Parts: sequence; structure tokens; C-alpha cells
Amino acid sequence: MMRLELVKRPQRSMLFSALSPFIAFALTIIAGAILFALLGVNPLNAFEIYFIEPISQVWQLHELAIKAAPLILIAVGLSVCYKANIWNIGAEGQFILGGIFGSAIPVLFPGFEGPLVLPLMLLFGMVGGAAYAAIPALLKTRFGTNEILTSLMLVYVAQLFLDWLVRGPWRDPQGHGFPQTIQFNDSAVLPELMPDAGRANWGFVFALIAAVLIWVLMSRLLKGFEVRVLGSSPRAGRFAGFGLNRMVFFAFLLSGALAGLAGISEVSGAIGQLQPVISPGYGFTAIIVAFLGRLNPLGIVAAGLVLALTYLGGEAVQSALGISDKVARVFQGMLLFFVLGCDTLIHYRIRLVGVALANGAAKLNAAPKLKEAR
Amino acid sequence: MSADHDGANLLEVRGLTKIFGTLTACDHIDLNIAKGEIHALLGENGAGKSTLVKMLFGSLEPNSGEIFWNGEAVRITSPGMAKKLGIGMVFQHFSLFEALTAAENIALSLDDGSPISSIAAKARALSFSYGLPLDPDSLVGDLSVGERQRIEIIRCLLQTPQLIILDEPTSVLTPQEADKLFETLERLRSEGKSILYISHRLEEVKRICDRATVLRHGKVVGHCNPREETASSLARMMVGNEVKAVVRAPAEGIETAAPLLEIRALSRKPATPFSIPLKNINLNVRAGEVIGIAGVAGNGQGEFFESVSGEVLQQDAASVRIRGKDAGALSITGRRLMGAAFVPEERLGHGAAPRMKLSENLLLSRHATDGKVFVGTGGAVKSAAVYAAAQRIIVAMDVRKSAPDPEAAALSGGNLQKFIVGRELDRSPAVMVVNQPTWGVDAGAAAHIRQALIELARSGSAVLVISQDLDELFEISDAIAVMHNGELSKPLPIADATFEKIGLLMGGAEPGHAEHVLETA
Repeated sequence: MMRLELVKRPQRSMLFSALSPFIAFALTIIAGAILFALLGVNPLNAFEIYFIEPISQVWQLHELAIKAAPLILIAVGLSVCYKANIWNIGAEGQFILGGIFGSAIPVLFPGFEGPLVLPLMLLFGMVGGAAYAAIPALLKTRFGTNEILTSLMLVYVAQLFLDWLVRGPWRDPQGHGFPQTIQFNDSAVLPELMPDAGRANWGFVFALIAAVLIWVLMSRLLKGFEVRVLGSSPRAGRFAGFGLNRMVFFAFLLSGALAGLAGISEVSGAIGQLQPVISPGYGFTAIIVAFLGRLNPLGIVAAGLVLALTYLGGEAVQSALGISDKVARVFQGMLLFFVLGCDTLIHYRIRLVGVALANGAAKLNAAPKLKEAR
Repeated sequence: MSADHDGANLLEVRGLTKIFGTLTACDHIDLNIAKGEIHALLGENGAGKSTLVKMLFGSLEPNSGEIFWNGEAVRITSPGMAKKLGIGMVFQHFSLFEALTAAENIALSLDDGSPISSIAAKARALSFSYGLPLDPDSLVGDLSVGERQRIEIIRCLLQTPQLIILDEPTSVLTPQEADKLFETLERLRSEGKSILYISHRLEEVKRICDRATVLRHGKVVGHCNPREETASSLARMMVGNEVKAVVRAPAEGIETAAPLLEIRALSRKPATPFSIPLKNINLNVRAGEVIGIAGVAGNGQGEFFESVSGEVLQQDAASVRIRGKDAGALSITGRRLMGAAFVPEERLGHGAAPRMKLSENLLLSRHATDGKVFVGTGGAVKSAAVYAAAQRIIVAMDVRKSAPDPEAAALSGGNLQKFIVGRELDRSPAVMVVNQPTWGVDAGAAAHIRQALIELARSGSAVLVISQDLDELFEISDAIAVMHNGELSKPLPIADATFEKIGLLMGGAEPGHAEHVLETA
């Protein structure tokens, strides 16, 4: 009989902490190769279609930026939450509410045009995401509820609310009954960065700016210090005079606002109207992005690009090889699995404990003692 | 020491070496422990005592060297294996789950599936017979340090070990409790058990230990019979030179000085069913004086500290006054800004964030009071200024460490405590409240901290020291009050105070001693 034990390592290896995401990525590739081989596809061919072809032309890089932007925006916000040991799992819902709030302007006031429209929409989107994130924060601070459950459940509420809106009150009367709102007027559409080269819009710039700002917040500002103290040792945080309840609101409102900004940027940039579904699970994938980026905003930018590629690759293998695009979800899941696995093994080592060995040691001289104890 | 194999030695250690990076924490340690002896392990912070016992207990693996158990070579690869061999350990930093009861914690370490109720009954019986009173059904989170130690000792004894390692066990006990512990230890010795006793209290080592091994800088500097040594000769072996005695300059004009910290009719309902309610506490601490608060662990000292520090707010703003102004409704930050400074009992996780650097831990308590120096426009932390201040404190308090700015958890207890106290002293606070200033700190570091507290008071600050170490309180206090069951006695001027008087108050011998306080209020 053997059993496995996790034993805490006295020191963490700095080298492997840095290498961990790369090792995880390599392991994902190996596991993916096995997966493709089992599906009867030549893995090399599949990987070329999955990882290389989707980014071999400039317009495709633009598509990558479109997918990466919401992931990065959401994930940098989540990184603040997770560093504070606060578990916002509901970014998907905050993303949707951001999209809805921001869209209220072009949908309800289609005649309102001008340079003010877009900034107002973005602001509304942030307010919507933050307000929706305030619900689990309030429930946690007032009633001690578990924010993982409440924030997650609110995702489904948001999805159904959006579905009802676009089929009901906000449906385009001239839309031949399709469940969607009117197309936004021109001043409500987030402009493309380089219209001649591809579709990438300002959302990607927002994501990069957010990453830099959050990096400054976490590494240079007292508020970031507060986040780290409360996240790593709450009692020391209280001794420092930092309020845990205030931190819950700060982290939820900040991450909600960024998810909301991602939502309205997606709706007004990539889509141009509200539809029953506006996200292929960005809010959940961003959790993977946050951890793959080691909760470091700059690492998150890189991780966001990698995860965006899994979306594009999934679409590519579907069209080229006829494999379900759900394979993208499988890749994302494997990546998260391996990242968490690598991180665990940085902090712990696995030890095989042979029961026979332990018994032998005990027999040395502790036999009477053991009988007594049992 | 000869490495004889006549079977009289329960444990033999030969050439045990542990290297961390460039630091040789233990350098060819030899140690023999005979059956039925109490063996002292002496040494300053950082001498390698903890590393050595961690290797004996299987939490660290040696780089080289041999361990013999009953004459047979063994490799102790895990604490579980140490336990199976018959080695039990009571750590200085306890490893208990706060959300579980004492009995549940014990059950976890026994790992034999017997029902909690039978474990609780065994624990109760054992605690009673060894004179270590403990309610097995109480939640650990609600227990004081002293009571937690009892759980650790009982948990260890329930496994009926042959060798018990005790790390600074009396640092949380009253003289009477320590006496009881010594009786327990002597009884264990008469039962043929061996004890490895780590302490810096030389008098008690002289009193109960049969042999001593002294470590300095990772090396054995001598084996001796402590009964044939004097406290100062032991200290010399340990430190390498004389320990400076604490000098307490006479306090002058204290009676007329203004009280800088006033506690008026402070009461607090118990926060949990197990915590102690505070009952009508009154106390003045004047500029220039050190007031000591003695008491058995778990009599409300923790609750009192939280109330004074502002980690818990009072309903009556006037119940805590700092420099003549009401502070009861202010947060800990507000009270710091009025000139108060606080040092809590727990170093890791309360006074300091374990995984943060020392400079970050400096910012922890001083981000508001030194906001202009440490925090720039827009809330930007001035890392260079914080780092420089941390280095200044490290030099002033002689904090020994292995890196320029290490994580708090990487420091030994005494060195971290020097930093945490130094962090507050560096501000020259008008009011300083310290809970257990030298718990588990070696003689040299303790003397340093105590001297610094006295000097702070003599320079015009009010210093309040809560401690379970009576020697310490007699060494530094101008008056000593006693906390018992959430009530505080009237302070006894040091000239009138004796161990006996204070000891009786600690036991609650003076019925209704709170009434005296009411008369003065």
C-alpha cells in the first residue's frame, strides 16, 4: 500500500515560480497532442492550424487583439480581488451588465449623437459592472455570505436578464423579430484602431492602459499594499488599520467596473448591438488568464493573448478539421489545471509514503506505545 | 562526548549539520540524551536551537550527520515518523486550528479514529493529573497563549512519547504555573522519560535540568551540569560575553506628570462565548512611567489590548483617552495619529505579515503616522524612504537577519520582535502599549527591548506593558497592576510590590479587588 502526501517545501524556488506558466503551457501542448491523436488527427497538423495559422496574417492579429482585450481587462481587475483573497467569480455577469448599461444610451436615445456619446457609454458600462459587483460585496459584508456562490449565481441572472431585454422591451422593431437591439449609430461605435489593417478597436488600448494602471496600483501605491496585506494576513491588516469590509467593496467595485468596461467595449466595438449572447465566456476564461499571468498585470497581458489564441484556434480547427470548437474550452481547462498543478508543486513536493516502511520504523521500539495510543 | 552504545542513551546525535544557502545553521552538532534526564538546550536567537530540534522532529532533513535512537541509526524524515519513534514536541509557535476545539485539535494529531468524546475525557483526565487545567471543549481561537500551550503539552503527552522536546515552555506561564509544569516534568522524568528543554531562563535551567548543551553560532560550545554553574557563567557560554543588566533610572516627578493614557470605566462584553468580558477597568499611565500589567494567560489581557489599541472600538469615547483627548471611538489609525503606538502579542500574522519584507512591515503600522515621509502624492509609496527607515531600525535594534530586507517569517522570533518593537520606538511615541514584549526572546534581545522601553518612558512617554513574565515586570515597571478575570487591580508601586503579593492577585486571591479601583476613579 502506498499513499501520496503533499509536503510543504521549506523554500519556494524563484526559478520555477517564473517558469511555471511556461511549463504549464508545454504540458498543455503535450496533453493536447494526445487529445488530437486520439481524435485521429495528426497533432502537428492540428497544432499548426490551432496555434500558428490563426496569427499568420495581420488582420488575424487584429482578431487576436479583439479577443484578448476583454480577457485582459477583466483579468487585471480580478487579480486585485484574488490578491486581496476575495473571490469574485462573477465577472461574466458584470461584463453583461456593463454591456447593458452602456447600451442603454444608443438603444433608448438613438437620436443622441456626438462626441459625448461614447465616453458616456463607457462610463455607464463601468457603473453597470461596478453596481452589479456591489451586490455580492454588500451581501458578504452585511450578511457574511460566500461571495463565490453569490457572484457566480448572479451571472445566470445577468444572462437571463439580457436575454429578456433583447427579446422584449429593447428588441429592434424593424428587426424582423430577431432577438437583438437596433444597430448603434456611428457615434456609439468604438472606433477601430487601424481600419485599413484589421478590426481591432480601442478596447485593446483600454486593456493595456488598465494593465499598466493596475500594475502601478499594486506595486507602487499604498492601496495596493493594503490589498496585499489584507489578502495575506487579515489580522495584520486590521492591526495596520485597514478595513476588511472596505476592501471587499474596493475589490468588487474595481473588478466590476473593469468587467463592465470590457462588456460595453465588446458590445459597441466588436458587435455593434446587443444580442442574447455577447460573451463566449470571457468572464470565466479571464479567471484562467489571471492565474496564468500569476496575478501580475503584465503577465496577464501575455496570458490574455495566449487564451485569446485558444478561442481563435478552436474556431480554426472547427472549420478546417471538423472538430468541435468546444476543444477551445478543453484547452483552456487543461491550461488552468496545469498552472494550478505547477503552482502546487512549487509550494509542495509529493512524497510516496509506503505504509510498510512506516510500520517498520514504528516497530523499532514504539510498539507498546502504539498499542497504548490506539 | 563519547558515542557509547551501552543503551543508556535514548538519543545520540553525531555531527549533525544543516546548511541553508551560505548559512550553516547547525555545524557538526553532537548531543546525547540519556533515559530519564532533563537536558537543557541553551543558546541565543539564531544559535541553531530551532534548526536542531526541527531535524530531531523530522521537519527538516540534515545535510549530514547521524541520529541514533536507542542505539540504532535512524533517519527521521517526517514529524509523523518522529512521533512513531516516540519523540513528542511542544512548539514555541503552536500549530493549532483556531476554529476547532481543543479536543478536536488533539484528535487530529492522534490520527487513530477514536471518538472525540473519549479523547476529550482522556485529555481532561491527563490535564488534571498533570496539573494543567484545560477544558477540551473550548474553541482554540478563544484561548490564550498559555492555554494553547497546555493543549500542545497534553496532545504530546497523549502520544506517550519517550522524548519530549519543549521549546521555551515557561515563557507564557506564571511562577505558580511554571512550578506546576516543573512538577509535571519531574514526574515525567521519574517515569523514565527524557526531556529536551529549550529555554533562555537560566535560573529554571539550573533548577530542573540535569545536563545542558550550549550552542553558539550553530556550534556546540560546551556541555555542562547547570547545577554546578551560575546563571552568569551559563549566560557567558551562551552569548560569548556578559549580558548587560537592565538599568532602571529612578523616575522623578511622576506623581505630578500628566497622564498620557487614561482608561476610564472600560467594560467590554465578551465577543465570543469563551472570551473574557472586561469589567470597569480604570488606569492612568503618566508621562515618564512604565506601568506593568501582570496576570495569568487568558484573563482578559488580549481583549484589553484590542480595546486600548482601537482594533475594537468602544461605545463610550471617554473610556480610552490619549494625551487628554477622547480616543475610544477612534480606530487604531486614529489613535496612532494621536501619538500612541502598539505592539501586539502575536508577532507573525498580527504584528507582522509573515510573507512581507521587513520594510513592508514597517509601512504596516506607520503608513498613516509617517504619511508625509513614506507616502507621496497620489498615494505612492516611497520605497526608498521606507527601506532606509527599516535599515535604521535594524541597526538601532541590532536585528540579525540573512538578507538585506528579508520576509518577516524568515527571522527568528527574537529578532522579529526587536524589529516590531523598534518600528514603534523609532517614532518616539507619546504612549506605548506593548503586549508580551519579550515572549520567547533570548536574554540578550530581551534586555535590549526592556532597556529601550524604560528609556522611552524616561524620555517623557507613557509606557504600558502587559506581560506574563513577572521577572520582566519587576525589572522594568514603576508600578504593577494585575488583571484577573477581566478586572484590573489598583497598581502597586514597585517599592511595595513583591512576587508574593502579585502572585496572590494573579490567582484572584483578593476578592472584589476592583472596588479599590472604583474608589480612585
